[in-house]
Amino acid sequence: MSLSFQDLILTLQRYWGAQGCVLLQPYDMEMGAGTFHPATVLRALGPAPWRTAYVQPCRRPTDGRYGENPNRLGAYYQFQVVLKPSPDDLQDLYLGSLTEIGIDPLKHDIRFVEDDWESPTLGAWGLGWEVWCDGMEVTQFTYFQQVGGFECKPVTGELTYGLERLAMYIQGVDNVFDLKFNDAGVTYGDVFLENEREASEYNFEVANTDRLFEAFREAVDECELCIGHKLPIPAYEQAIKASHVFNTLQARGVISVAERQAYIGRVRDLAKAACGAWLERSA
Amino acid sequence: MADFLLELLSEEIPARMQPKARNDLARMFADATGEAGLSTGAVDVHSTPRRLVLIARDVAEATEASREEVKGPRANAPAQALDGFLRKTGLTREQLEERDGVLFAVIEREGKAAADVLAETVKRIVADFPWPKSMRWGAGDLRWVRPLHGIVAILGETIVPIEIDGIASGATTVGHRFHHPGPITVGGAQDYVEKLRACHVIVDQDEREKLIAEGAAKAAGDAGLTMIEDHGLVVENAGLTEWPVPLIGRFDPDYLDVPREVIVLTMRTNQKYFACIGTDGLLAPAFVCIANIAAKDGGGAIAEGNARVLAARLADARFFWEQDVKVPLEEQAKKLDGIVFHEKLGTVADKVERVAKLARWLVEEGIVKADPNQVERAARLAKADLVTGMVGEFPELQGVVGGYLAEAQGEPKAVAEAIRDHYGAPSKPTSAAVALADKLDTICDFFAIDEKPTGSKDPFAVRRAAIASIEIIVGNGLRLALTQAVRGGLANVAGQMSTTDAAHRLDRTAPEILDFFADRLKVQQREAGVRHDLIDAVFALGSEDDLVRLLARVKALQGFVETADGTNLLTAYKRAANILKKEKWDAPGVLTSDDEQGIPQTGEEDPLVLVDEPILKEAIAEIASGQAGADLPQEKALIAALDKAEPKASAAVEKEDFAGAMAALAGLRTPIDEFFDHVTVNDPDAAKRERRLNLLLRFRDAVNQVADFSRIEG
Repeated sequence: MSLSFQDLILTLQRYWGAQGCVLLQPYDMEMGAGTFHPATVLRALGPAPWRTAYVQPCRRPTDGRYGENPNRLGAYYQFQVVLKPSPDDLQDLYLGSLTEIGIDPLKHDIRFVEDDWESPTLGAWGLGWEVWCDGMEVTQFTYFQQVGGFECKPVTGELTYGLERLAMYIQGVDNVFDLKFNDAGVTYGDVFLENEREASEYNFEVANTDRLFEAFREAVDECELCIGHKLPIPAYEQAIKASHVFNTLQARGVISVAERQAYIGRVRDLAKAACGAWLERSA
Repeated sequence: MADFLLELLSEEIPARMQPKARNDLARMFADATGEAGLSTGAVDVHSTPRRLVLIARDVAEATEASREEVKGPRANAPAQALDGFLRKTGLTREQLEERDGVLFAVIEREGKAAADVLAETVKRIVADFPWPKSMRWGAGDLRWVRPLHGIVAILGETIVPIEIDGIASGATTVGHRFHHPGPITVGGAQDYVEKLRACHVIVDQDEREKLIAEGAAKAAGDAGLTMIEDHGLVVENAGLTEWPVPLIGRFDPDYLDVPREVIVLTMRTNQKYFACIGTDGLLAPAFVCIANIAAKDGGGAIAEGNARVLAARLADARFFWEQDVKVPLEEQAKKLDGIVFHEKLGTVADKVERVAKLARWLVEEGIVKADPNQVERAARLAKADLVTGMVGEFPELQGVVGGYLAEAQGEPKAVAEAIRDHYGAPSKPTSAAVALADKLDTICDFFAIDEKPTGSKDPFAVRRAAIASIEIIVGNGLRLALTQAVRGGLANVAGQMSTTDAAHRLDRTAPEILDFFADRLKVQQREAGVRHDLIDAVFALGSEDDLVRLLARVKALQGFVETADGTNLLTAYKRAANILKKEKWDAPGVLTSDDEQGIPQTGEEDPLVLVDEPILKEAIAEIASGQAGADLPQEKALIAALDKAEPKASAAVEKEDFAGAMAALAGLRTPIDEFFDHVTVNDPDAAKRERRLNLLLRFRDAVNQVADFSRIEG
């Protein structure tokens, strides 16, 4: 029997825990990708070795489809693995995790297809691949080269599994809401369909944009305050907040193409300042 | 002599980088061994997703020993000079030889063993490899396209020892990632390819490409379908697989209501699948994907998995399509004023306005025969798909999506086609009008704000716009005075910019654009085998800006100058032109400059001031024709020939029958040759000389009716 959604997570946790990863819990803030977690961004900087794995709920307001699209969600889960320095056998370790969750590489076609990663809001980039399983992208595999505008030395290897996609694949399900969440008859839709509907309505139609603009300004100010006090972690949290508010403003369609770059640049400056402060503090 | 094998094993190299990487590897190897003086036989390079491979045949055992003598300073030269020389040569004073008071350094180099040269070569290749993007990994400093894991370097049967950043060379590599994951040992160049084949790796990309192309076609054929050939996709899949296995998959025929281009594009770019056509000639609900394993279930699970991924993508595409089709293009077009075209040129809506105006003008001037209202409507809707969800998802499909939407929303067929095809060089009249207006506008836009292409820089693809304009004009035989159209386009820009700046520059910019077109035309026609000097010869007439007529002249000219008549006439023309130039004879009976030493030919300061006098006018016309007092038979014959050829040639030019005009001029060949053979132009008798010069002038001008022959080479 194929793994339920929750067993998929448990299996990956056990596997990566055995590789010496610290198993963290999700960060208690809204963010667009597991990479934003300070356990990835900040820990990728500086010389100290680090291994972690965690589930991170991700919110992408513009991707919401009112629960009507079988493949798109405004909120979903990523399983994030970070190994620093990246070990020589990272690809093999990763492939081992696929076998662990029931994907037989002699029956399924696993491929590493070029996909370079860049996050303009984090001032970060890396080279790697999207990993295909029978033509479906199941993981983003990246060797970080820069974060917050700073060189990563040593290099961090990052694996980001798209959990819903992977589960749909393993379970042979065509609609995300039909995923078995557990083995007791609860589906993904039972848990999250209503969330998707309400969140889409809120993000696209209801969110008060004046207050969002205000929230963006506040996050910027708080971040700068924290930088002034040489507190990189709280400063970085404010950058995460600003980034999410910006994403919601975009979903509301109130940021023009011309302004968009300016907002991204603003968030990047915050993230860079926080990263700089982190490096100073940990030096 | 032995063969050398080099394999650089890494994590997956992007498919698109492999062809250049192979060339770079071969080049760097040849350079490094060449510089070191190590001779090799044939060199083959191969790539797979995980390896770059080089096999060099017949490598010499060592480089040749050499003896070099370098002349140094005189023995009594100052100490600094001597020190400098010692430093340069790396020798001591005692090692120098003295001859006739001059010091010499004798540098003897022993032959270097091939293995040493090869080790250095490999180190240099790895250190300097020009990957488009490279990276670091782990805690190391080495850079490669993706982490480098192994170096196999074997000369004959001996390992060439190399160590690069902790990676030591050896004879061990790996086979296919899943079929043979463990280490395998190779003996050398002689068994490498076959050993790897036994481990499910086809080393040579050409062999994989062949397997993919033939296997995919067969997989489609076995299912009663025809694969749409796509060489780029074959190469890409060969760069993604070490053991390619084509598999056929199917998708729900319901998705066939999504525009065909969207289906093919998502299959191609997102999934790297080949599309198939059914026996009815229509797109079939099937695809061929290339797996990288010989799956133990025969590939059923892989085909099924890929089909599900494609279904999800097509569902997404259909979602966009259904959303987009609900919004009339006219509504979408209104949103174009929110998209900046260029900061100095306003929004896309502003551009649309200019294009619509120019397109309508093309119809109203009779240049394109189409319904002006349909042309204007097509122009106004042509860019509307830029704001649709579908084009947001598939930007390559701009135009195509708009065409489908227009059709679905009940626009006339000509309008839908024009929207679809206006980015290219279409031939239907409505489409051609919109496409040409769009391109002419782009050219005028960027010249008006002084952003014209220079050197290799052409950020706004203005050159491409000019080439496409030429294709549209020439391909459809559009009769258009380019100067007028360009001035119209520039005036549109100036009008919108609401500054007088552009208007001021109009007079300067229009000729610039014309010159730019002439250059593009030469480049474009060169590929069609048209001589650039002939295009120059026609452009030099100065009055010809109708590209269709211009090319007709050029074509006739090219046909003509390549015949014996043409070659001889050209020689005679050049001879005549040289004489006229030397004698500064540029108008009947007139010197081209006020050269004091020139002989006054008519006794008048300027004969033309008197042309109001009817009698004189006649006399001058006689002089001009060269008829007055012709005494030699060859003169008379030439005059007669000109009398015959001139009206024929002008009539033919008038009718745009340039071949006819050339044929008429061909009749001048024998008389002009005879003339030069028997008549002395520079006769001591001033009247004769003048008459003959005038006759040559008449000959030159007759020929110049078609083109300025002085620009023709040869």
